[in-house]
Amino acid sequence: MHFVVAGVSCVYGELAYDLSASQFSPDGRVFQVEYAQKAVENSGTVIGLRGKDGVVFAVEKIITSKLFEQSTNKRIFTVDRHVGLAVAGLIADARALAETARTEASNYRADYSAPIPVRHLADRLGMYLHAYTLYSFVRPFGCSVMMAAYGEDGPELFMADPSGVHFGYYGCSIGKARQSAKTEIEKLKTSELTCAELIKEAAKIIYVIHDEVKDKEFELELSWVGEHTGGRHQLVPKDVHEAAERYAKAALEEDSDSDEAM
Amino acid sequence: MMWKIPEGGHSPLVFIKIPMFLCCGHLDFKHLTSTMDLMPLQASQPFDPSKYRYTGPNVQPRQLPNTRSQAPITTGTSVIGLQFDGGVMIAADKLGSYGSLARYQNIGRLMRVNDHVILGCTGDYADFQFLRDIIDQKMIDEECLDDGIVTRAPALHCWLTRVLYNRRSRFDPLWTTFVVGGLDDDGKPFLGFVDKLGTAYTAPQIVSGMGGHLATPLLREKMEGQPPLSEEAARELLIRCMTVCYYRDCRAFSKFQIATLKAGSIKIEDDLEVKGDWEVAHFSKEHA
Repeated sequence: MHFVVAGVSCVYGELAYDLSASQFSPDGRVFQVEYAQKAVENSGTVIGLRGKDGVVFAVEKIITSKLFEQSTNKRIFTVDRHVGLAVAGLIADARALAETARTEASNYRADYSAPIPVRHLADRLGMYLHAYTLYSFVRPFGCSVMMAAYGEDGPELFMADPSGVHFGYYGCSIGKARQSAKTEIEKLKTSELTCAELIKEAAKIIYVIHDEVKDKEFELELSWVGEHTGGRHQLVPKDVHEAAERYAKAALEEDSDSDEAM
Repeated sequence: MMWKIPEGGHSPLVFIKIPMFLCCGHLDFKHLTSTMDLMPLQASQPFDPSKYRYTGPNVQPRQLPNTRSQAPITTGTSVIGLQFDGGVMIAADKLGSYGSLARYQNIGRLMRVNDHVILGCTGDYADFQFLRDIIDQKMIDEECLDDGIVTRAPALHCWLTRVLYNRRSRFDPLWTTFVVGGLDDDGKPFLGFVDKLGTAYTAPQIVSGMGGHLATPLLREKMEGQPPLSEEAARELLIRCMTVCYYRDCRAFSKFQIATLKAGSIKIEDDLEVKGDWEVAHFSKEHA
């Protein structure tokens, strides 16, 4: 049934409560937040793996046009020097969030003369994301963010989603192929692997879950933070990147060979 | 509530502006009347033309410019900088003077800004610390952007000039003099000076503070009209200048640092000391 209510068309039923984040539906859902999460689900996959001596990010950056410069529109950001931020969802929202994270880190440094602990940053970003789910005059952020750092408490990985909920993870995936990525991650014993090993595994997972049919071109973004980088977050060096991609492609060949053999 | 803090030094006279109804026994609307008092309170009195005179504009005196020039508290003395073949070298002693008291004897006045810039600071140490934290944060922000653009010495020198000049124009200076060193965009050595007034210039040798009078002639004598110094010769010359400054500057100290910047490397030596030769003291009547 269609109603026109105050100049706005809405379908009667559960979807009548989806126009503002300040409304619950009768079954207790906030649809705007769920729609924001759908925006995340439409984006390229991002995985984070927390290992023995650091954390590794791998992003499946889907390239929508051959005219783009290589490495443009990066989806991995650095906050302060030691925190990596990888995002899935609306990239514009993600950039705004990265700026907020940088401001938080800067204020923390000005107050306490120390780099912000990543769990504190995850908390602050979670609360910030949540604030945008409370009012009808703003919309929630359409992005999930993963944060990683290596410090006194060892490697740490957190993920915050558009609802503001944030958890610490040993391995995490967001984006369109996150379920298959999760399956792949669970096959690994991430806490026993070093960054050097994990970076190759991460690249392999991205190649495995990438959908060749729907999205032809993609660029693999890899970054890490760990003991070997002195706690600094950085995109991996070119040679490491190339080695990881070779490993991933070789592993893919093996899998497809074994599939054909069967 | 408004506190008026006058220029530093003497005991402060504090003016507190309290809402009128708190201080007067009766309601007084004088401050609300316009320039011409058309209806004086004592309307029943005989007409007095003087009460109808123009009393002047009814405006509050402007608070700007803020007359808050200070005196520096904990200060650092000279910073000596010179260019050599392929880089720059800056030296500064490790003393924070509290007036004439040699109070803090192990403070660093040289700073590595990033891989391409070093600087040294004369003057108020708190103002240096304030700017140092701001510069550090600028460098963090730049690293995060990771876009291949880095701040080099001429850019930082320019930025410092703007900051210091604008502060002085508000009569609220950062009481510091900076010596900024590095390589410019063409890879040639760069050395810049900025003082608390925002005066800025570049030269092959820069000295701030008292050393400007003591060391500048020594540096110029050795460097003007000559081919660029080698790194060893530059270091020797710098140490000689630090020695002269230690003998002759009353606020100098024997322990000092040297920062050397060449293409691709920055080195800060931290444990240098002027070996003073006080044999000449025997010539003095007071020191037998």
